[in-house]
Amino acid sequence: MKVTFPRMGTLDIPLKAFFTSLGIEVVVPPPISDKTISLGARHAPEFSCLPLKINVGNYLEAYEMGADTIVMAGGVGPCRFGYYAQVQREILADLGINYDMVLLEPPKGHLGETLRELWELTGRASPARIFRAGRLTWAKLKLLDEVERLTAKARCREKNEGQAGDVYRRALTWIDAAASPGEVALAGERIRRAFAGVELKDVVPLRLGLVGEIYTVLEPAANLYMERFLAKLGVEVERGIYLSDWVTSHLFLDTLRMRRGQRAVEELAKPYLGHSVGGHGLESISYSIQYARRGFAGVIHIGPLTCMPEIVAKTILPLVSKEWDIPILTLFLDEHSGEVGIQTRLEAFVEMLWARREQREKGRVSR
Amino acid sequence: MKVVGIPRALLFYHYYPLWRDYFAGLGVKVVESKPTNRVILLAGLGTAVDETCLPVKVFYGHVQELKDRVDYLFVPRLVSVEKGAYICPKLLGLPDMVRHSLSNLPPLISPTINFNRRGQGLYKAILETATLLGVNPVQALYAFVRARARWRRWQALQHGGLSPMEAWAVLEGKGGGLPERKGKGLRVGVLGHPYNIYDPYINMGLLDRLREMGVSPQTAEMLPADIIAFHAGRLPKRLFWTLGQYVMGAAGHFMQGGNVDGIIHLISFGCGPDSLVGELVERRARRKGFPFLLLTLDEHSGETGLLTRLEAFVDTLQWRRGKE
Repeated sequence: MKVTFPRMGTLDIPLKAFFTSLGIEVVVPPPISDKTISLGARHAPEFSCLPLKINVGNYLEAYEMGADTIVMAGGVGPCRFGYYAQVQREILADLGINYDMVLLEPPKGHLGETLRELWELTGRASPARIFRAGRLTWAKLKLLDEVERLTAKARCREKNEGQAGDVYRRALTWIDAAASPGEVALAGERIRRAFAGVELKDVVPLRLGLVGEIYTVLEPAANLYMERFLAKLGVEVERGIYLSDWVTSHLFLDTLRMRRGQRAVEELAKPYLGHSVGGHGLESISYSIQYARRGFAGVIHIGPLTCMPEIVAKTILPLVSKEWDIPILTLFLDEHSGEVGIQTRLEAFVEMLWARREQREKGRVSR
Repeated sequence: MKVVGIPRALLFYHYYPLWRDYFAGLGVKVVESKPTNRVILLAGLGTAVDETCLPVKVFYGHVQELKDRVDYLFVPRLVSVEKGAYICPKLLGLPDMVRHSLSNLPPLISPTINFNRRGQGLYKAILETATLLGVNPVQALYAFVRARARWRRWQALQHGGLSPMEAWAVLEGKGGGLPERKGKGLRVGVLGHPYNIYDPYINMGLLDRLREMGVSPQTAEMLPADIIAFHAGRLPKRLFWTLGQYVMGAAGHFMQGGNVDGIIHLISFGCGPDSLVGELVERRARRKGFPFLLLTLDEHSGETGLLTRLEAFVDTLQWRRGKE
C-alpha cells in the first residue's frame, strides 16, 4: 500500500510524518504547479470549486508516482467539501484509474469513528503507536504554523530580498526531517535562531488580515502566492486560519466540543449573519471585524469562484467594511485566474491603504 | 389589515400553499410578487453580487418588486427540512444577504427552520411568526395544521402530473386538472430545481416548448417521495443537500425503468450543489448511454440557442425510438 493525499499548504509534512511513523509508505504529490491545476481542471466538473480540481490533479500526479490509496477527509455539509471524495472517486474510476479511497468522515458525536478508520488504515497498529504518531504530527503542525507567522513578520521587513523566503524553505526541510517530538523542538529552536538572523529594516508595515475559504488561504498555488507578493509591497499578512485550526476543527475537536472560541466568533458576526452558512463564511465576517478592532489597515477576503459560503460573506462584507471602517477586498479564484490580474488589484488596494494611512497620520498631527 | 409579501422565487415553488394558507389563517393579507419579468430580473442583477447564482439574483428582484406594497416580507431561513441534510449555504444566509444589501425594506419575517437542531423546528417558527404578527399561538398552530393539509394535497396533485401552478388552480377550484396533451408519445425527464423548471421566464418556456414539440415532460415533483428516496439512497454516501436528493432520486428513477426517452438537466450557472450533483447524474447517464442534455441557465442565455439544442435533442430521441 502506498498512500497519498491532497496537498494543502504544508499539510503534506505532518501527514507524511503520521503515516511514515506508522510504517505506511507515503507518496507525496509533487508541489502544485500549473500542470497540476490544468490536469485537475480538465477532468473535474467545470463549475466545481478550485480545491476539488486541484485535488484531482494531485491524485493523478501521485498515481504516476505509484500511489494506490488516497486518504481524504469527508464532511457533513452544507459546504461542497464534504462531498468532494464521492465525486473524485467517480472521476478517477471513469478514467480507469484504480485507487483505493479511505475517507475520514468527521465523526458525528464521538471521536471513536475517526480513530477507528485510522486504526483500520494502519493495519490495526497499537494504540500507543498511534498516539506517538499523533503527537509527532501535532508537534509538526504547531511548528509549521509558527513558521508561517515568523515568515510573514520577517518577509515584509527584510533588508535583503529573499532572505526570509530562504529561511522558510530551510525550516520546512528541518521540520520534515525531525523524527520525534524532541527533534521537532530542536528544529524549532534552530528555526527561531535562523529567523532572528534575518536582517530587518526599521519600517512599520501595513498590517492586513487574510480571511476566507481555508484552502485558498493556506495553499499559495491556489491564491497565486499573494502573501509573498504582498510582503514585497511592505504588507504584513496575518491569516484568519492556520493549518492546525483546520485539523482540529475538521477532524477531531468539533466532536469534543473543544472549539472554545467558536461561540465568540459567532457572537461577533451575529448582527451581520445570524447563522453559520458552512465552510468559513461566518468566520470571514467575524475575523474581518476582529481585524478592524485590532486596528489592521485592511482585509483581503478570498475564496474559490462559486464558493457558496464565501458568496454569502461577500454579500455582507461591504456593510462590515462600512460600519467598522476597514477596507475589504474580495477576490475569487479559479484555474483561469492570472497572477498579473490578481497582483494589479492587490497593488491598487495596497496603494489606497498606504494613502489612507498617510492621510490619517497627517490628520492626527494637525489635530 | 396587515399585508405579508411572499417573493415568487426560490422555495416558493416548494411551499407556496403552505406559506400562503398559513399567513391567511393568521388573519393577514398575503400577496406574492408578479411572475418573473425583465424588470424583476434586471432589479435582481443590479443588486446581487455578481458571483452568486441566477436564482438568488431573481429572488432579489422579486423582493424589490414587493417591498413597497407590503408591511412584511416573508424570507424564511430554511437551514434544514430533514435530519442530516441542508438546503444550500446561500439559502442559510438569505435573510441576512437580503437585509444587508437592499435598502428601504419592510420588516422581514424570517424564522429559522432547522430540523438538525432541537428547538429550531416548526413549532418555534410558528410561535415566532405568531408573536410578531400579534396572533394567538394556538390559532397559529391551527392555521399551520390546516395549511399543511392543503399543501400535502397540492403535492399529491403534482404527483398526478400537474405543475405547481396548475395544481394550485385545482386547489382553488379554478382549473380543470390535466390540460390535454397531444403528442408523439415521447417522454422526457426534466431534472432541476423547481425554481428553475417552473419559472418560464428564466428557462424561456422550456416545459411549454417541449409540449409544443409533442414531448411530455416528467419532473421530480411528479414522482412519489418513496421512489425519490429509494434512488437517492443508492449513492455510496448520502447527499446532504435535500434539493440534490430530489435531482439524484429522480435521475435514478428515470434511468431505471422510469419510462422516459431521455433526460434534460436544467441547472443555473454558479449553482454550487448542482456542480457536483449534476456531474454525478451526467456520469451515470454517459455510462449507461442514456440520452442526456445539460442546459445551463444564466442571465445571458439566448432563446435561439436553447431552442436549437432542444430540437436537436428531441430529434435524436425520435430517431432512437424509430430505430427500436
